Amino acid sequence: MTTLDEKSIYGPVTSWQTDFDHADPSYNENAHAIWSELRGTCPVAHTERYGGTWLPVTHDLVHEIAYDTEHFSSRGVVVATVKPSDLPDAIPAPIGGAPPITSDPPFHQDARRILLPAFSPKTIDLWEPEIRLLCRELIADMKTVDVVDAATQFAQHIPVNVIARMLGFPPEDGEKFRGFVHDVLEAINLEPGKRAEAFMALDAYIAKQVQDHIDNPRDDLTNFLLNAKIYDQPLSLQHVGGSIILLLIAGIDTTWSAIGSSLWHLATNPVDRRRLVDNPALMPTAIEEFLRAYAPVTMARVVKDDYNFHGNEMKQNDWVLLPFPAANRDPKEFENADQVLIDREVNRHAAFGLGIHRCLGSNLARLELRVAVEEFLAAFPDFELAPDEVVKWSVGQIRGPRELPVRINARTL
Amino acid sequence: MKVQVDQSKCQGHNRCYAIAPELFDVDDLGNAFAIGDGVVEPHLAEKARLAVANCPEYAISIVEE
Repeated sequence: MTTLDEKSIYGPVTSWQTDFDHADPSYNENAHAIWSELRGTCPVAHTERYGGTWLPVTHDLVHEIAYDTEHFSSRGVVVATVKPSDLPDAIPAPIGGAPPITSDPPFHQDARRILLPAFSPKTIDLWEPEIRLLCRELIADMKTVDVVDAATQFAQHIPVNVIARMLGFPPEDGEKFRGFVHDVLEAINLEPGKRAEAFMALDAYIAKQVQDHIDNPRDDLTNFLLNAKIYDQPLSLQHVGGSIILLLIAGIDTTWSAIGSSLWHLATNPVDRRRLVDNPALMPTAIEEFLRAYAPVTMARVVKDDYNFHGNEMKQNDWVLLPFPAANRDPKEFENADQVLIDREVNRHAAFGLGIHRCLGSNLARLELRVAVEEFLAAFPDFELAPDEVVKWSVGQIRGPRELPVRINARTL
Repeated sequence: MKVQVDQSKCQGHNRCYAIAPELFDVDDLGNAFAIGDGVVEPHLAEKARLAVANCPEYAISIVEE
């Protein structure tokens, strides 16, 4: 998928408190245990890696930073070997390279407002029949084999296909999207020059698609952005391209991970699987509980100026990871935080973030997750982890299974 | 009993609208507001409490009259 030589510039982690690395494969594999241990020892971990990075793990601290746009900028949201401050050509705050996710106030709100209507609950609900059909086609393609990979044969195709349709990009480019997403979100610990190469390929691809939409306008989100205005002026091509990068990158790995983790839970917890099959009315609380317990997305911020955060001497341009999944497991905020209770009624989870950067695509993600779980369960009500096969988890800020071999047993559809 | 949405806190998580569409609606941007004057009929009181308890931004409150 990728041509990059994927060799980390860092060695093995020596301590999760003082030398953590979110790109070390053992981080996502053991995330809940690591966060739980850190919560009891130091609620803000630190590493010299990536030029200096902080990791608060309690709900209170994650909440505080998410709300504090005075000291923390969204200019960089993927902690990697390249910092925005290292790049002389990077688009500065308050706009950033992929508005509005990389934007700060006051620009942020104006850029976000352009996209919000396309992702409002009522607009997104109209996609349900198409998403359901897509899920059924993927399931039909699995034929009658015993073991399928629920991550690569099912979960990942759903957001890839939906965002390609929304943007009006060639559906056959799905494999390319997955490559870009991998390069941006998982290949984060390579030497900086290699990372720059990956971004050039992504920029070139988007520029080509945007030009095609200028030459052949149609009714999709790309042309919507080309026609949109901010402060009475058309969006710059840089802004259009940046917003497309956001929509393409932010919607794929994240939703794929949420679907995969939910199916992983059901594959490993037959009692919950049976309860959901027998009582579909539990689906709304189950989906919110999967989002809480297996929230896929950790965001990031950049420290604007030297700042003492609860005794932690943060330096200008340090990274700060915002692990919403860790906040969702904080026993001070949630009763029985480490138990997955599919009938949990009080669930103030932060899977889609907190504050002004609430996930723009949350309504779409939730719809894709619900329909995917409904359709997979309807087709394979007795699926379980395939014996003797290995589940492989992602690396980096988006946590979810990248390979999820399940035995589907009896098929009903 | 009435429900209120603090517009300065709502970020459009859409939890209240999903839990209690009888009491909440969302605008074109996805931000929530209480339907009508926010009055909660007794049979919807539990849904109102759940909407409050599930808002990630603590934007919803109940006013007892």
